[in-house]
Amino acid sequence: MEDTRVRQHNDRWNWFWAWANPVKFMAWTGKALPWFIGLTLITLVPGLIWGFFFTPEAEGFGSSVKIIYVHVPSAFMAIQAWGMMVVASLIWLIRRHHVGALAAKGAALVGLTMTVIALITGAIWGEPMWGTYWAWDPRLTSFLILFLFYIGYMALWAAIENPDTAADLTSVLAIVGSVFAFLSRYAVNFWNQGLHQGASLSLDKEENVADVFWQPLVLTLVGFGLLFVVLVLVRARTEVRKRRVHALMTRERMRDA
Amino acid sequence: MLELGKYAGAVLSSWGVTLGLIGLLVAVSWVQARRVKAALDAAEARRKGGA
Repeated sequence: MEDTRVRQHNDRWNWFWAWANPVKFMAWTGKALPWFIGLTLITLVPGLIWGFFFTPEAEGFGSSVKIIYVHVPSAFMAIQAWGMMVVASLIWLIRRHHVGALAAKGAALVGLTMTVIALITGAIWGEPMWGTYWAWDPRLTSFLILFLFYIGYMALWAAIENPDTAADLTSVLAIVGSVFAFLSRYAVNFWNQGLHQGASLSLDKEENVADVFWQPLVLTLVGFGLLFVVLVLVRARTEVRKRRVHALMTRERMRDA
Repeated sequence: MLELGKYAGAVLSSWGVTLGLIGLLVAVSWVQARRVKAALDAAEARRKGGA
């Protein structure tokens, strides 16, 4: 009775997991990619142009407020990327779908780039605003640790030859690192200290930045999010193809031996 | 012309770093994708030729 119920539950989700089949994944991502690229271009390009050329100076920040349009979306995506890697890693650990592990692997360089952008633009912005490029502030420190986790994650993939073992260990690392991704997002709320201000975008009207800055910021956030999807799909497809090349080469070597 | 005042250096360097790194990431991902696809096409052709 219990077995039948579990089997029925599994059957109900089979349609969903079928998308993670490498052949099906390559087919649907091949069709979806041009659409995602188009959506990225029509959100990111106008968002950046709007933010750079058509926003006023802010009181107390002057024109430096324009850094918000590259700093906030990159910081946001650095954290979301790790979140996506955790979900994909859990899919690998629980369901053993290779596409899960390969998508997480593909997302790592994108997340690392976003983290580097957030750290550099934050430092550049910090100097005129706080008088220093760096401070051991809770959010900055947790972000630096997140950066180190990204480096460690990629190094682990590169260091282990067996792909399944590499996928297992990097998945565990992704889960451990999620603590710092979470802290990077909420450090300002947990410890009400340090130089970094609170959220730029919030459901709380009093915390939110003014509409004139908020609207292009939302557009750039959507654009960065879509760019992330495009890059992860491209990189995950490359990883799936690499696996296939490796399998074919191994077969060729065995045939020739 | 856009007037950035005393923060021009900070704004332009932040945007420059961001666009440069994103451009590099897109280029690296695209080149890798092309290279691996070409390698797979060649391997598949060899497999079909040998079969």
